[in-house]
Amino acid sequence: MSDNPNDEADVPHSAAARLFDIRLLIGGLFTLYGVMLIIAGFFVSDSARRKASGININLWLGIGMLVLGLLFLLWQRLNPLRIEPHDEVEVRREP
Amino acid sequence: MLRLDVNVFDYVILAIYFALVVGIGVMARRAVATSEDFLLSGRSLPAWVTGLAFISANLGAIEILGMAANGAQYGMSTLHFYWIGAVPAMVFLGIVMMPFYYGSRVRSVPEFLLRRFNPATHLFNALSFAAAAVLTAGVNLYALALVINALIGWPIWISIVVSAAFVLAYILLGGLSGAIYNEVLQFFVIVAGLVPLVIIGLHNVGGYSGLKEKVSHTALGPNSFSTWSGTNVGHWTNPLGDWIGIVMGLGFVLSFGYWTTNFAEVQRALSAKDLSAAQRTPLIGSFPKIFIPALTIIPGLLALVLIPNLGGKGANDLTYNDAIPALMNKFLPNGTLGIALAGLLAAFMAGMAANVSSFNTVFTYDIWQTYVRPGRRDSYYLTVGRIVTVVGIVIGIGTAFIASGYTNIMNYIQLLFSYFNAPLFATFIIAMFWKRATPWAGFFGLVAGTTGAAVMHFAGYHIAYFYKGGVFDPTHGAINAQMLNFYGAITAFVADAIVTVVVTMVTRSKPVSELAGLVWGVHDPNAPDPDTVRKPAWWASPKLLGAISLGIVLVLSVIFA
Repeated sequence: MSDNPNDEADVPHSAAARLFDIRLLIGGLFTLYGVMLIIAGFFVSDSARRKASGININLWLGIGMLVLGLLFLLWQRLNPLRIEPHDEVEVRREP
Repeated sequence: MLRLDVNVFDYVILAIYFALVVGIGVMARRAVATSEDFLLSGRSLPAWVTGLAFISANLGAIEILGMAANGAQYGMSTLHFYWIGAVPAMVFLGIVMMPFYYGSRVRSVPEFLLRRFNPATHLFNALSFAAAAVLTAGVNLYALALVINALIGWPIWISIVVSAAFVLAYILLGGLSGAIYNEVLQFFVIVAGLVPLVIIGLHNVGGYSGLKEKVSHTALGPNSFSTWSGTNVGHWTNPLGDWIGIVMGLGFVLSFGYWTTNFAEVQRALSAKDLSAAQRTPLIGSFPKIFIPALTIIPGLLALVLIPNLGGKGANDLTYNDAIPALMNKFLPNGTLGIALAGLLAAFMAGMAANVSSFNTVFTYDIWQTYVRPGRRDSYYLTVGRIVTVVGIVIGIGTAFIASGYTNIMNYIQLLFSYFNAPLFATFIIAMFWKRATPWAGFFGLVAGTTGAAVMHFAGYHIAYFYKGGVFDPTHGAINAQMLNFYGAITAFVADAIVTVVVTMVTRSKPVSELAGLVWGVHDPNAPDPDTVRKPAWWASPKLLGAISLGIVLVLSVIFA
């Protein structure tokens, strides 16, 4: 980096356009958690079921989280992220 | 004492979550090249992201555990904190105030005061906000450590240092983008963790009607399911006092002051990609806000009827703040328990991260760049922002350790900062709508409002009306602290408004040319031509979203009146 503060070309450009898409991570995490909980729900013990007032809550929460996770992945696939740099700033692409 | 039965499965779930929390910071790192990337996400985020972050920043665990406690203690009147005490202000911020904040390109709420008024007003607000933000971060950190200690048995100091390290990692690397992306993820994990509690709990007590019937047999009584009963002025019996306090104090002054001027909230909107997205940020946030009480107040009431001696005076009785952890302990099997625990820890980190990420912006731009070292290159301020982040977290850790020794001191300090917050809305609303209001009127208005809040708070302890049943109690045990807080806010607002007007009469206004884009009716020549700005689709229009949000609140308020 140059030491000359007046060097116009040295003013850094925003790198905000390189931000990743959070929907991938939400979708991935909820899909993973959903699968883990559904598997746990298949092997539910009587005591665990009794604790939750007779509801197999791991199974149901797992299904819910899996569905939400897949919806996020689907949304991300159908409508990919386009982060638009704001007006004044021109995005510099890596070569 | 409560101790959760956590097993390997829960720990695996927690480990995956915490790995992802840091992973978000690492991956957001490549999008940080300028100080504005670091402190304002390069103003690039879509509205649904900033909207969920807007609500998550407020959804700290103190809020979740505290509102569940209020639910158990006050019943459905707690809804006032969500509906009249939040949604109208969020809609107002989005539709009326955001064009001034976002359109004027200020980088923080204090910076608006600098441009509208003068350095004195600016410094008064920037310093009090920065101090309150690191302090609140520390209080969140301490609360987090307490919960980890109680639920899984880690020593307090390890919990404090480890949690601070996680928050430090993702803010230091990813800046505001790291914080906001984590807040969005946290929102969904928090909801996933709380929903099972409500489902199992309601199933256990025989549905909503069963809950209502069982609560009517507790100390709360049948009136606890009505939000407005007992709010008559003169002889109130509602746990939140009379309707003047609720509507004017909570719904108008406190709510608008918090939601429209607290930079930890407004910052989320300023990071949006354009004005329309910034306007929609609080509006999108208002929809989850309307329904979050189902996940906080309902568990509070469930705990009241299902957990024996909740809020009792005995040494082994659980406090109201334990409502949600106690239900987790009672109902959740391993697996779901891990998700709920992840949600709770996520909420604590959200509360802390929002404060740290707004503190570093105000300190870097409003204090360091404005008064200490102006005119350096941007990379210098990016470095300052990073260093301030570390310093803020270290101060937070220190605060957390002080809090662990002197809980009361922290309460007093937080009370002190509430005096600074109370008058803010008066100053901002006058600033935006009255172009004659002078620079010194801004400063003295804030000072007068802060003083007014403090005076009312101390005077209120000697006024019988603020005591239960209207009977003065020399031990102050029966004082309605919430109601006094609402009336303190009203006093602050009135004092601020009067002093602002009076000082304006005797001092000199700023020339209109310096107010472009900051005041209603003063056009900003640098603003883009409205015809060239791409309009959002009709279903994303801020006015429509705001109207729908207010409409839902109105209908629900009538149903739960």
